[in-house]
Amino acid sequence: MASTIRVRATANGDTTEVQALIQHPMDTGFVKDAQGQIIPPHFIQQLTFEHNGKAVFLANWGTAVSKDPYVKFSFKGASKGDDLKISWVDNKGATDTTTAKIQ
Amino acid sequence: MDLDRTSATRRLILKGAGSVALVGLGFGNVPALAAANDKYPEDAFKQKSDADAIKALYGKTAEASDKVKLDAPEIAENGAVVPIAVTTTLADVSTISFFVSENPNALAASYVIPAGTIPAIANRLKMAKTCNVTAIVESGGKLYSATKEVKVTVGGCGG
Repeated sequence: MASTIRVRATANGDTTEVQALIQHPMDTGFVKDAQGQIIPPHFIQQLTFEHNGKAVFLANWGTAVSKDPYVKFSFKGASKGDDLKISWVDNKGATDTTTAKIQ
Repeated sequence: MDLDRTSATRRLILKGAGSVALVGLGFGNVPALAAANDKYPEDAFKQKSDADAIKALYGKTAEASDKVKLDAPEIAENGAVVPIAVTTTLADVSTISFFVSENPNALAASYVIPAGTIPAIANRLKMAKTCNVTAIVESGGKLYSATKEVKVTVGGCGG
């Protein structure tokens, strides 16, 4: 299966800009389906970005983060060609991990 | 219209008083701050009001600061996807959190910013209805906030 995580990390001098888009339903637990059954909450709780084994960004998310979440941030100290490891874990314990090259 | 505004103001004042009282109660016995470590702050995400969520997450109150710049639309046509970004000129930032006051659970997202990471974040949040969005930046152990009202035409929490 293709990864649920799409990342673009671009180094510009000392600063690396990271944009990530993740495929995830991010169900809140407040929405009902067509049969009137409540769709149970299903959302990403933690998203981490690691560069050279060091966490550069950690997101703690609740249900209020939009479906297929997007996040953008920048950090210093990386250069072109470095690996950036991204992983998430949701409230059902599911995880996904991917590694992106910084461009 | 005018009536509406007065009652809204009064509610705000009441809310403010409530949060002050809450903080007063909780002050002495706040344990290790949830936002300070890498553990998922489950408790804070369950709080209904933003004041409670801020208390559960940080254990202190924030002061408004013009050094925190919150970038959110005036009107969001679709409450399911509201692009919200925050940047700050404050130094030594350790966390940034987003609160949507009228959502079922006020805390939307909380980000840990290690040293070397620039304190600027863009993300997309759901909003149940028109209300205030607050960004809180923790810098040097203190909290700074910026708030903006976003008008929502279609809510994003279903139901």
